[in-house]
Amino acid sequence: MGEAAEKLAAGDRFSSAKVSIETQLAVERFLYRQAEILDEKRWDEWLTLFAEDGHYWMPVSEDQEDGEGVPNIFWENLDMMTMRIRRNNHPQAHSQAPENRLCHVVSNVIVESEDPNGDVVVRSRFHCAEYLRYDIRNFTGKYRHYLKKTAEGYRIALQRVDLVNREGPYEYVIQWWL
Amino acid sequence: MTWSESEIAALVEPDRVHRKAYVDPEIFDLEMERIFERLWIYIGHESQVKNPGDYYLARVGRQPMMMTRDWNGEINVLYNRCPHRGAQICSARKGNAGKLFRCSYHAWMFELDGRLESVPGAKGYEGTRFDMSSPDFHIRKAPRADNYRGFWFASLAEDGPDLKTHLGRAGLALDQLVDRSPDGEIEVVGDCFHMIQQSNWKLFLENQIDASHPGATHESTGAAARSVENEMKKDGKQPPMSYGFLSDFVRHGIDGWDKFGTTGLPQGHCTLEGYMGLRPDDPDTNEYVERMYASYGEEKAEEILGVDLHHVLLYPCNSVQPPLQQLRTIRPIGPDRTLSEIWHFRLKGAPEAIYQRSLAYYYLVNSPSTMVNADDLFNWWKCQHGLESNAIEWVSFHRNAGQDTEEGGIMYSAPSSMSELPMRSMMHAWRDYMTANGAGA
Repeated sequence: MGEAAEKLAAGDRFSSAKVSIETQLAVERFLYRQAEILDEKRWDEWLTLFAEDGHYWMPVSEDQEDGEGVPNIFWENLDMMTMRIRRNNHPQAHSQAPENRLCHVVSNVIVESEDPNGDVVVRSRFHCAEYLRYDIRNFTGKYRHYLKKTAEGYRIALQRVDLVNREGPYEYVIQWWL
Repeated sequence: MTWSESEIAALVEPDRVHRKAYVDPEIFDLEMERIFERLWIYIGHESQVKNPGDYYLARVGRQPMMMTRDWNGEINVLYNRCPHRGAQICSARKGNAGKLFRCSYHAWMFELDGRLESVPGAKGYEGTRFDMSSPDFHIRKAPRADNYRGFWFASLAEDGPDLKTHLGRAGLALDQLVDRSPDGEIEVVGDCFHMIQQSNWKLFLENQIDASHPGATHESTGAAARSVENEMKKDGKQPPMSYGFLSDFVRHGIDGWDKFGTTGLPQGHCTLEGYMGLRPDDPDTNEYVERMYASYGEEKAEEILGVDLHHVLLYPCNSVQPPLQQLRTIRPIGPDRTLSEIWHFRLKGAPEAIYQRSLAYYYLVNSPSTMVNADDLFNWWKCQHGLESNAIEWVSFHRNAGQDTEEGGIMYSAPSSMSELPMRSMMHAWRDYMTANGAGA
């Protein structure tokens, strides 16, 4: 198990840390900015949100503690994310014709823990509408981010995304991260 | 219209098929009746119901079925319907019923093999035609259920060829799934992925053994994977072997897939030869091969590992990828709607790295975020819409038509071709099942 997955597994996902207003605001701004980057498809910026060994993770079940070595809906590092960006933007990516659009609302932001070095674990909820093939489908679920504090601001060591409908069936493939 | 057998037969010509086979709702109903509720349809693997009381739901044609394990350790395939007023017995996709099934509506109790155990208010049935011992008041069993090496199938027809006869040579796919385990045993990994295909079920089968599509359909994914591989190498990093599963799509180009032969069997089963080179000379593979030698002896192990098949279709519902331990099942819902279940198995006794390799494939190709099937599902959806049009009435399967060869009841694609043999072969079987020829099948 990687260090980031261990961190989330060891944390209490019902706890709430007494953080400063500044920390709360900085964390919220980070989450909102990530959602905006995704909705606006600013892919170069998307990649800078993650730590070098960071992962985006969507498990198949709530009790899963690690993305390594088990089936997942998403389990992607920077190499895989780069591949996905290039593939979806390739001229022959016919499943992106028409191009899909995402629109997120992120809320219920609770900082779960804050380390002395400023790293935080934060929970939130999201709702995301996807416009695809002239039709809308909806995704909703919870985020759990392990954010590392760096000189340039927070970087995602691990983002866990638990969909409410994780068992599916899915009407179509999820082509972008949610 | 009501379709006569000669009208159905006329939908299939040697080198083309009429579009109505894919879009007509009445044809779909007839397919459910004559193919899915008659042939052997996949239910699930025995490891999905390990303990007494375990159940797992599976749709067969239009029928809601379930696989259960009873207290004798036996597996049963039952209709998921209470004989009293029709309520589903189980509503969760899977679970454990405990000692008995209890209908949630009026608490009729059933043994795990479907026999009625008790009814409340039994006195009220005195003097009526209700009879505890009559099968009319038991959860109905599938007319026939059987397994091939732990893979359970049901046929809703009382008569017909047995499972082994139906599978014929294509049973090799399931042999391969099991025999590639050094312990000769496999088990399902977690739950399956569930995806809806907004397209006819036959489009899925045709795609699985279509060697001429990957270079075109998956070009974007292949190109992206190759560019990441190249950059990693430039940075002195070793790209994971699984990225090669994707860059293969561009490595062979659009025309380079003529190296991989296909076959068609009389029951509609088909095969496509492997192309992924899954036996590299690396320590993990070598350790796996050594374990296989230790279990089976060198000769037998080489015989097992020497079978190189990318896909085997078990008509009409399975696509099996033996070297990567994946199995897909389709459950048609309507002419333009198909549920797919995508399963993954672990080879007991194989090194962890070998499991990781097939898990990576499961993720890249079969997960709900796949960059590969995203293109396939989209194409099938586009085909379904295109076939609604009567601008052109026929679907063309002309490539290398008339050049297939036959030996011992098996059709072989012309050498160095991307022949559309499997599509022709499947549709000829379809015609036979759908008309009088298939009545006894």
